[in-house]
Amino acid sequence: MTTVRIFVTYKPSVFDPQGSTIKDALHTLGHNDVTNVQVGKFFDVTIDEQEEPVEEAVKKMADQLLVNFNMETYSYQVLEEAK
Amino acid sequence: MKIAVIVFPGSNCDVDLYEALRTVCDADVEYVSHHDSSLDGFDAVMLPGGFSYGDYLRPGAIARFTNIMPAVVKMANEGKPVFGTCNGFQILTEVGLLPGALKQNNQQRFICKTVPLEVVNNQTMFTSQYQAHERIQLPIAHADGSYFADQKTLDELEAHHQVVFRYAEENPNGSLRNIAGIVNRRGNVLGMMPHPERAVEAILGNTDGLKLFKSLLEHGRITVEG
Repeated sequence: MTTVRIFVTYKPSVFDPQGSTIKDALHTLGHNDVTNVQVGKFFDVTIDEQEEPVEEAVKKMADQLLVNFNMETYSYQVLEEAK
Repeated sequence: MKIAVIVFPGSNCDVDLYEALRTVCDADVEYVSHHDSSLDGFDAVMLPGGFSYGDYLRPGAIARFTNIMPAVVKMANEGKPVFGTCNGFQILTEVGLLPGALKQNNQQRFICKTVPLEVVNNQTMFTSQYQAHERIQLPIAHADGSYFADQKTLDELEAHHQVVFRYAEENPNGSLRNIAGIVNRRGNVLGMMPHPERAVEAILGNTDGLKLFKSLLEHGRITVEG
């Protein structure tokens, strides 16, 4: 089994209302050196052993469901390699 | 003209749509469950507002994979009228029948109020009863209604007169180019965030949405009933 953490965020060019609000709140608390906050979500996806390389499986899941490429982008990291 | 109103788990404006059509407009309308896979016998289909699948992942992202959606896409491809309001609009973008996406309101709040709109294009099967550039008022009620698309898509929408409704005076949610509703290139798929079905009876204070349904029924009278 392999567990992959897939991160989904707005594209950098798309205004992130939550990130902007949180940045303002951090400024209010005195963290004036904060220049940007990007909010996103992650999915820990555990995949059974399979022939398909993890990279391809993740790409398919992102394309089909997890990401709306009109406004979002994604990255991922493998948390737990197959044993 | 026989119209289907699709009911998803979490739809909450399905009854409003149904009654606007049946009680107010005396139209032939039926509920169709998301479990069904056929829209044979229907001449138009409507996707209601609400929170299908609890807005999990993204609004409309799960509903687009329900059994009924291939039949909705088929109707759209056949040129039959397909209408989505609020969550229905979100589903139509997620399934790819309309370009762009609806993102979180810029203010991060759920907005529920009546807003002024401009009917930008009255040359559609959904808006023919409105005057060109008519100012109307319709309710909005959403947290994720900020229309977003890349510049190229926005330019194409404008070039092909696909922007049907624009927010007038103020932009309530950050929608690019004040877009409140668009049609596909062919003109038979309309998605809009405002709720015309909530503005069809004088006793409820507003009838500005009525002409949308009257336009469609008139279109049906000409095309379906000949």
